Amino acid sequence: MSTNAAIKMFRVGMASCGIAAGAEPVMQKLVEQAGSVPVEPTGCLGHCYAEPLVEAVLNDGSSVFYGNVKEDDASIANILALGEKGRFVIPAVRKAKELVKVLALAGRINPTRFEDYVANGGYAGLKRALAMAPDAVVNEVKLSGLRGRGGGGFPTGNKWSFLAAKKADQKILICNADEGDPGAFMDRSLMESAPHQVLEGMLIGAYATGATKLFIYCRAEYPMAIKHLNIAIKQIYDHKLNVVNGRELEIIIKEGAGAFVCGEETALIASLEGQRGTPRFRPPFPTDKGWMGYPSMINNVETYGNIPLILRDGGAEFAKVGTEGSKGTKIFALAGDLKFPGLVEVPMGITLREIVFEIGGADPEKVKAVQTGGPSGGCIPVELFDTPVDYDSLRSLGAIMGSGGLIVIGKDRCMVETARYFLNFTHRESCGKCTFCRVGTTRMFETLERIVAGNGTMEDLDFLADIGPKIKAGSLCGLGQTAPNPVLATLRYYRHEYEAHVKDHYCEAMQCNSMVKLSLDQSKCVKCRLCIKTCPVGAISDDFVIDNTKCTRCNSCLSSCPKKAITRVKKG
Amino acid sequence: MEKKYGFLEKIDREPSNLIKGLQAVQGVEGFVSDESIKAVSEYFGIPEVEIEGVLSFYAQFKRVKPGKYKVSLCDGTACHIKGSTLVHNWVCGELGIKDGETDKDGNFSLETVACLGCCSLAPVMSVNGRVYAKLDRKTTTKILKEYASK
Repeated sequence: MSTNAAIKMFRVGMASCGIAAGAEPVMQKLVEQAGSVPVEPTGCLGHCYAEPLVEAVLNDGSSVFYGNVKEDDASIANILALGEKGRFVIPAVRKAKELVKVLALAGRINPTRFEDYVANGGYAGLKRALAMAPDAVVNEVKLSGLRGRGGGGFPTGNKWSFLAAKKADQKILICNADEGDPGAFMDRSLMESAPHQVLEGMLIGAYATGATKLFIYCRAEYPMAIKHLNIAIKQIYDHKLNVVNGRELEIIIKEGAGAFVCGEETALIASLEGQRGTPRFRPPFPTDKGWMGYPSMINNVETYGNIPLILRDGGAEFAKVGTEGSKGTKIFALAGDLKFPGLVEVPMGITLREIVFEIGGADPEKVKAVQTGGPSGGCIPVELFDTPVDYDSLRSLGAIMGSGGLIVIGKDRCMVETARYFLNFTHRESCGKCTFCRVGTTRMFETLERIVAGNGTMEDLDFLADIGPKIKAGSLCGLGQTAPNPVLATLRYYRHEYEAHVKDHYCEAMQCNSMVKLSLDQSKCVKCRLCIKTCPVGAISDDFVIDNTKCTRCNSCLSSCPKKAITRVKKG
Repeated sequence: MEKKYGFLEKIDREPSNLIKGLQAVQGVEGFVSDESIKAVSEYFGIPEVEIEGVLSFYAQFKRVKPGKYKVSLCDGTACHIKGSTLVHNWVCGELGIKDGETDKDGNFSLETVACLGCCSLAPVMSVNGRVYAKLDRKTTTKILKEYASK
């Protein structure tokens, strides 16, 4: 087998999600069979639905992509021959709506090769920063209008100026890479695909603020991100890029140990000190008294990822993109009920409609809402999808920008159950320090469990509406202050679903098991017996009648039926 | 200090490295035993009770010995929406254990995790760190059977 002469090299998407989809054996086969044509691992292109993804880079500079590549010989031979089969084309509408800036190098370079990053404009921002005075760098970031990408949306330049103004023997710079929001994977992707970009942002931050100790607090669940960062840090040391202003900077990776609350600044610092990650009262703010008492500043991964671009192109140039109050682009992790899940980078101010339907390819007939900001955020119903995506508009709807997780919720999902799910998460993750958060979220969760089980009362709904704002007011940190959001937002937009659960034992989405039975339509049934075979509890008789007292509502028969003869219907 | 925990010497002896030390112990032993807590306490000069406090706070730390195959079920938002509750039921049924348990042969242990970060491939689970994507009943049981027969 010879490789088509037009091919200069291959790139294989080898980020975590690529590997999960089976990229490793594909890469191995390509290396074995491509002869002298180089095969490079690369990061994430954001098209998770098409993984494993192989790119053939041609001698004329253009590229041909292959999606959902299998490891069998025929598929590999097809790629080597530059065949027509299995070619992947980025949907035109996505190309038109996207604005790829921060992720420009993700999936384009070998993440662990220093030269690749430098050859593509890497460290140009640091170089320009070092030629400026530190306070001029802070001003450049202020000018850009960049706001914290971790969810809070605090102006980054202001934060930097607070730390820069401090006089201390030692100042600390921290990168929050504890991406704990279930449903969000932007930071993982950026660290895996372009680790140097995040580190460059941190080095610029250290120069601007005078920090000398740099921490990256990364989730232990992201082994590849940690590996790539470690390699990149070694390369930085080798190239002496950590010597800034004549001082040697120390860069340390600390692995988180699995606590959602550690995304909160003061809790994160406690965890970095080796203690239980409980938040503390502010003031003093970390920029006054942070890690081990030293002035400290925390920014999120994506925030640091924006910094090299701001310094390279200038703050004014950066601020040309976005809305009045929210500048630049934002990376979203699209998941849930849609056709093209993945990572997408869009200009601030784009509407949810464009993201969900045009880029994500979701079916407008089937979408009920979208959840932003994970368990701290709220749902936004489809009727409000013309809302521009920026910090302030989302907050006015009772949701938040959050770190960028965007979960599309289909019409076949129950909003009460969704709220229950989020409260199950937050009540377990509450650190227990503030009574309102510890007890309040637990009571909210119990109430929702009751409603979902069919034992709710109308007083329960009043209780939820009453306790929610109290938890927000009575909690020290972001976890408690946002934990009631999913309940309050669903109560605001989907109160009728709550009431139907309580009054009529009716779950519109047919999701809540306590209110649903399974029914087999004999007229559609072809007697193939697949359902009988697959039922784990023997609830389907030989004459195809479902015994709903035995049935556990596990849905096995539903997915096995080729004729869709089995459905979930209202019980009683 | 006991030789068994000599690997701790590689970590700077300062209290802020406590979590790192415990992660090292778990990396070697698969869980944090009473014996190791004693060693860590001596090494860092931190009382055992404080170490227990830190251990119980973080979800990562295990106090019971895990099975040969560690099954982590993702119940992140995307996986939940895509039916991770069903996957949970299938896995529990197949293995005969509940969340946080290890089966009596020491073969499988099961835990639910917040998010594996592969949301676009939901629902997912991982076995000893290897992620399996887009699970349905058939593939889930097949994967577990394959591990069981190894």
